[in-house]
Amino acid sequence: MTGFVDLNDIRLAYGPGGDGTLALDGLTMAVRRGEFAAVVGPSGCGKSTLMKLATGLIRPQAGTVEVAGKEVDGPVSVAGMAFQNPSMLPWRTTLKNVMLPLEIVQPHRRQLKRDYESYVARAEELLEIVGLKGFGDKFPWELSGGMQQRANLCRALIHDPALLMLDEPFGALDAFTREELWQVMRDLHAEKGFTVILVTHDLREAVFLADRVFVMSARPGRIIVDQEIAFARPRPIDLTYEAQFNDIVHELRGHIAEARAAA
Amino acid sequence: MTNEGWIKAAPWLWTIGLFVVWEAAVEMFDIAVFILPAPTDIWAAIVKYWPVIWKDSLQTLFTTTLGFLLAVVGGLALGLAIGWSRAVYAGLYPLMVGFNSIPKVAVVPILVIWFGIGTVPAVLTAFLIAFFPIVVNVATGLATIEPEMEDVLRALGAKKMDIMLKVGIPRSMPYFFGSLKVAITLAFVGSVISETVAANAGIGHMMLAAQSQFNVPLVWAGLVALAVLGIVMYAMMAWLEMRMTGWAHRSGRQ
Ligand SMILES: Nc1ncnc2c1ncn2[C@@H]1O[C@H](COP(=O)(O)OP(=O)(O)OP(=O)(O)O)[C@@H](O)[C@H]1O
Ligand SMILES: [Mg+2]
Repeated sequence: MTGFVDLNDIRLAYGPGGDGTLALDGLTMAVRRGEFAAVVGPSGCGKSTLMKLATGLIRPQAGTVEVAGKEVDGPVSVAGMAFQNPSMLPWRTTLKNVMLPLEIVQPHRRQLKRDYESYVARAEELLEIVGLKGFGDKFPWELSGGMQQRANLCRALIHDPALLMLDEPFGALDAFTREELWQVMRDLHAEKGFTVILVTHDLREAVFLADRVFVMSARPGRIIVDQEIAFARPRPIDLTYEAQFNDIVHELRGHIAEARAAA
Repeated sequence: MTNEGWIKAAPWLWTIGLFVVWEAAVEMFDIAVFILPAPTDIWAAIVKYWPVIWKDSLQTLFTTTLGFLLAVVGGLALGLAIGWSRAVYAGLYPLMVGFNSIPKVAVVPILVIWFGIGTVPAVLTAFLIAFFPIVVNVATGLATIEPEMEDVLRALGAKKMDIMLKVGIPRSMPYFFGSLKVAITLAFVGSVISETVAANAGIGHMMLAAQSQFNVPLVWAGLVALAVLGIVMYAMMAWLEMRMTGWAHRSGRQ
């Protein structure tokens, strides 16, 4: 296959020796370089598991995982990740939290001391993009949940990852903040051209942001629908109120309802 | 006085109240000094024997502090090792539980055989008794890293050492400093036990000697000295905890 992220006939079971819960079975998907992919599906169908597989955090019992043309046999180290839970470190300021990946990923790790000022500038620029200008020296517990989630996005982006993995990062936010962050994501993706895999429960979010939406079956999960979303970019937020948009959302909703019923 | 003011004053008022009731009870029921001396008798003993009490307090303070410091170093090292490696954890945990369940007073005779009567058994007893809570707390801090945080870092290519340095050790610090309060109290218990059984200096020894001479007010003066030392050491550790891990307390407050 010719994707940037390739998952081929994956089978993954949890538990000792892989004889526990069968989370994924016969899952195949390919995400092209620079593509924005969204993954939706019934709760517990293995979406988070899929994210861990693609970043090499866990290994499948059968099938192959390739990222950037290389078989994944350990953590991939090119990925930025953000989860629903912002998981900021409470003893670090927001700025230091955002800069954490720079202390780990090469070549930044090597250069961090020398180019500290320019890295700080970069972090502050990201904070400004997500609407957190001036909050860099606040501690995470001085930020609201939505603000922490914005900082979490910055942390996932600070080292310019080629692959961005987002696991329901906007799930806990109010509708307005969510729409605002959709637009931030849209613009960042357009500007930086990284590959994104976004897991979400929100079908409107998936259709607004993604070039492709993958629908998963109930557990054990596999891909049952692989749908291109052809709306021209840049997409205005008003698109989400148009009829064609809602038709696609309805169609996807139908697929998930079927998958749930089949379980 | 305001409500706040009453709350501030409460510890002092209660303490003074206790002594007043005590004094009154001894007076009223005409209790003999060798059964329960009145606070004023104890105070007189403190004044009279001050040089001895001072010298023995310093000795107890010394053995407790030394044993405590050894426990901090040993407990931190072992706690990190246990939190680091599941194999070390699996191997050492049963041993540690077994060892911790031995009443430490039972170890003192062995220490005396090895090192003779004196300072060394007191220091070692303090060390042995204080070190367990430090180990358990440090290991707990390391073991309870959020899996999501670990995933984020591992997906960046972080090595185990990175995760320990960036997340594990900072996050186990509140547990560590919290355990110091417990550890210093236990170290104190350990050294006093050992002094009582096998020493020729220290408050424990002084109380035993006073008892054999039926100097009951001095025995009680020893108790008071122990209480004062205990409170001071505990307060120092509580202060240190606040200083070092303020973030853990502030972030818990809404
Ligand atoms: N660490 C684990 N150990 C054992 N079983 C697990 C583990 N993680 C997930 N599972 C199981 O694997 C299945 C898929 O879990 P996963 O977290 O991937 O689902 P999900 O699609 O992300 O769900 P949700 O939409 O609720 O986030 C579930 O049945 C879950 O119980
Ligand atoms: Mg999930």
